[in-house]
Amino acid sequence: MIHTEALTRHFRVGNETVEAVRGIDLDVAAGELVAFLGPNGAGKSTTLRMLTSLLPPSSGRAEVAGLDVAAHPAEVRRRIGYIGQKDGAGHNYRVRDELLLQGRFYGLSRAEAAANTERLLHTLDLGRLGMRKVSTLSGGQKRRLDIALGLVHSPRLLFLDEPSTGMDPQNRANLWEHILRIRAEHGTTIVLTTHYLDEADAMAERVVIIDHGLVIADDTAERLKAERAGDRLTVTVAAADVPAARAVLARVGAAVPAGAVAAGATDDDSRGGPEPDGPDPSRAEREIEEHAAPDGRALTIGVAAAAHALPPLLGELRDAGIEVLAAESRRPTLDDVFLHLTGRSLREGEA
Amino acid sequence: MTVLAPRSTGVLTDIRNVWWRETLTIVRDPFSLIFSLVQPLVFLGLFGPLLSGLAGDGGMFGGSSLQWFLPGVIVMITMFGTSMTGANLQFEIMTGAFERMLATPLARSSLMVGRALKELTPLVVQAAIVTLVAVPFGFALYPLHVLVGLVLLGVFGVGVGALSYALAIAARRTEWIFWAVQQSLLFPLLILSGMMLPLETGPEWMRVASLVNPLTYVVDAERALFSGTLADPAVLNGFVAAVVTAAVGLAVGIRAIRGATA
Repeated sequence: MIHTEALTRHFRVGNETVEAVRGIDLDVAAGELVAFLGPNGAGKSTTLRMLTSLLPPSSGRAEVAGLDVAAHPAEVRRRIGYIGQKDGAGHNYRVRDELLLQGRFYGLSRAEAAANTERLLHTLDLGRLGMRKVSTLSGGQKRRLDIALGLVHSPRLLFLDEPSTGMDPQNRANLWEHILRIRAEHGTTIVLTTHYLDEADAMAERVVIIDHGLVIADDTAERLKAERAGDRLTVTVAAADVPAARAVLARVGAAVPAGAVAAGATDDDSRGGPEPDGPDPSRAEREIEEHAAPDGRALTIGVAAAAHALPPLLGELRDAGIEVLAAESRRPTLDDVFLHLTGRSLREGEA
Repeated sequence: MTVLAPRSTGVLTDIRNVWWRETLTIVRDPFSLIFSLVQPLVFLGLFGPLLSGLAGDGGMFGGSSLQWFLPGVIVMITMFGTSMTGANLQFEIMTGAFERMLATPLARSSLMVGRALKELTPLVVQAAIVTLVAVPFGFALYPLHVLVGLVLLGVFGVGVGALSYALAIAARRTEWIFWAVQQSLLFPLLILSGMMLPLETGPEWMRVASLVNPLTYVVDAERALFSGTLADPAVLNGFVAAVVTAAVGLAVGIRAIRGATA
């Protein structure tokens, strides 16, 4: 469905050249649901706009829906659906009018456009809003209308740019449900961008993490979490026991290093293997997170697999005479993956 | 879902679809049209008598001042209407509607031509009303010539509309610039075309400036047509000026659209 080779794009801002996208190679097969995840300004939207012919690349090439984008922009646009960041429907128009005309823009006959309009109004819970002016719709309704506008010509490939930015959690969950159902029913290939971790987690099978205009990871969310971050183990101890507990955790953490993967590595073989430089207790010590807990201090380390790391850890703590008040393990999030890859949290950028 | 084979649409179909989308705003809210119909009548009713008084009978306008002035009013409402093409676009740039339409297979030229034609649509009705109202006051009506005059204005209006469209895109980050440029170009162009007052009595520099103003040729052509002459060189000059304006406008507009998403 999509194939790109060293796709780049830079912008001139004043006297400076901003390299928004610095060489992206990507292949997306028919039927995939892919999320581009990264902080604001990472180059996700720029990449999407190049794939949808809205922005010519500075260099490199892209093939979308079987056609070279630079050579056949109009034909590519005909074959894909694009749902941008902002309201796609004109505020001064009626909901049904916009959908009908959008169908006509794609060359549907009046009858086809009318049939698809009614079907989409129904499936996207807009059934009774056909005669309403777009400006009177709620945010969630407008967004569903945008989805309908992107689907009216039944594209097999759909691009969504930040589909749920600015929506409340309930509306977001509702929107994801609609998108996932449409995909399940029609096998639509979907590429979306997001800076929301939960969105990428909830929707995408495949997550492409983009940072500073480069793909820094590309895999299923599950594998990324397993390979790039490992599980998180938290033990709660009394405040007085913290120094001794840290020493034990550092030793265990170094022997079973967090994720066991160096940042930026891409080969699958590194999973669970020893670190190239051997165990490094001082690094493991640095990576211990410490938080206040109701009855003491909670210490968290990353381990490859909590199920295997927890029993020996508890044993060592007991041998050291430290009473463990509570212990829990947590599956990693995509934020842990991003943190591990870049040393920054995705959440830091959020308002 | 019915799987639809990708089907291409012609430019004319695209233009019709864009035009109809724009025109729907009038169809769904016809009061704006009624207001715009009254405007040229007010202008004609208040300005016309002043000109007659200025000219006396058969003085500087070579006959009826109405015959001289009315084509100018119609050119003026064309300029007012089509130079606003970009203003309506500005709102759609702020929301995502402009980008959504760019992402459809619509031909780029159709986006501008369709919008400009929408601004010209009420003009046909306005021109008809103004002309018919003027007949009892001694205005001689040549329907076929007036029709040719409207076609000429249509071609010219597409060019002005496309330039206005390009201006809106260029000013998309600072909205007021659109109005600053539109206003500071519109009135000098109108005055230097001899639309409101004849330039023959003006200073030399104004007459020179009017020669490089394409609007001058359009106004002269309209005057010739409205007074019932078709085989006047002014008519040919007017069409040349209109076609050149349309070609330049569309070329500039398409360039602007290419850069719009950067």
